[in-house]
Amino acid sequence: MAESLLTVFLKALLLAVALLGAFAYMTLIERRILGRMQHRIGPNRTGPFGLLQPIADALKSIFKQDILPARADKFVFVLAPAISITFALAAFGAIPGGPAGSLFGFDPWVVDLDIGLLYVLAATSMGVYGIFLGGWAANSKYALLGSLRSAAQIISYELGLGLSVLTIIMIAGTLNLREIVEIGVWSVSPWLWPGLAVAFVTFVISGIAEVNRTPFDLPEAEQEIVAGYLTEYSSIKWALFQMAEYVNMFTAAAFMSTLFLGGYKGPGFMNALIPGSADWPIVWLVAKMAIFMFLFIWLRATLPRLRYDQLMRFGWIYLFEVALGAALLTGAVIAFVL
Amino acid sequence: MYENLLMMFLAAGFIAAAALVVGALLGPKRTTDDLLEAYESGIPATGTARERFPVHFYLVAMLFIVFDIETAFFFPLAVRFGMAPQFLFVQAILFVAILGVAYVYVLRKGVLRWK
Repeated sequence: MAESLLTVFLKALLLAVALLGAFAYMTLIERRILGRMQHRIGPNRTGPFGLLQPIADALKSIFKQDILPARADKFVFVLAPAISITFALAAFGAIPGGPAGSLFGFDPWVVDLDIGLLYVLAATSMGVYGIFLGGWAANSKYALLGSLRSAAQIISYELGLGLSVLTIIMIAGTLNLREIVEIGVWSVSPWLWPGLAVAFVTFVISGIAEVNRTPFDLPEAEQEIVAGYLTEYSSIKWALFQMAEYVNMFTAAAFMSTLFLGGYKGPGFMNALIPGSADWPIVWLVAKMAIFMFLFIWLRATLPRLRYDQLMRFGWIYLFEVALGAALLTGAVIAFVL
Repeated sequence: MYENLLMMFLAAGFIAAAALVVGALLGPKRTTDDLLEAYESGIPATGTARERFPVHFYLVAMLFIVFDIETAFFFPLAVRFGMAPQFLFVQAILFVAILGVAYVYVLRKGVLRWK
């Protein structure tokens, strides 16, 4: 089952291109859904249902002038968006899309790590370097403030994220994402459901904060700090940061699905409707991701942005304590009930 | 296993580099001094951004290191939790209690109180 490095490279490239294509159309879907939620129509002029809009956007950002501010640290300024997008794309590689060899004979993942869970956490949090270096290198006050805020926010919610997954790890006893899916954390014991449910909620909240989405999109609070770390960026570099943000959203959605909602496994009752359909690889993962992506958009249309001090207090006091509590509760259940 | 990871990073880095090169080649290159100035809401920029900023950010970063290492210590414990659940649970409680003292101290000191 060992695949050649060339196969793996091509799979990785295919995954990256697929993620970028999904990013392009996600922007369209998001604008259309937001439009409907705000009693507007949304972009619908470019092609049928606005389907050519992402292509027009892409062409426009490529042909825009790429401005290097005179006082910027030019090397770091160029490097930062590359860091963001590289780690965002690479993080997704460890997400399993199905059992071994289930994708036309190929493994539906790029890399199957024993420490997959740790790897995804680590790779997604590397994105903070892109944001911070970008804002710092621009040598602009708004950009600096935006990146400082962003860095403080991302590292603060990292704690909630790390503590929430402890519940999963204690139940599954492994860091391999595929094994976690195969074990099915909810099926172990009903006694574990309260801890899992609380951990799920804290995980989703910290995940949204990690990818800088509303109500945690302080880095881009345009009323206060223009566009935050993006202020001095233009053209393709700006687009790369946007890509990184959306790819991180995909990763977060896939990670949430994989850890808490059974990842690539479909619900058992689907087999009664269409025989074998609960075992379709990738389909179920994408379906579950779509639910989370819709949730992200829905929250954006619904919730106002938090104030900065509220954001930090919420992360450090409530999220931290509740997530730790859920982990300890699960530990107590495993130790004294099961 | 890890060579696959290298391939993933190569592919992702290739995409990033290709995008940067294409963008640099295709965009127009008309520059003026005003265009290259830092954006400060339209008025001429004053000074640089290499200035002092609130110490809170530093404190948050330090706290993050302390508590993220706490989380990192929990990971191996959680993976092997099934081996000796009761013993490990008591260990975890002791560990959390010691860190809890520091946590309460930090909160009382007002590190997270932003003005």
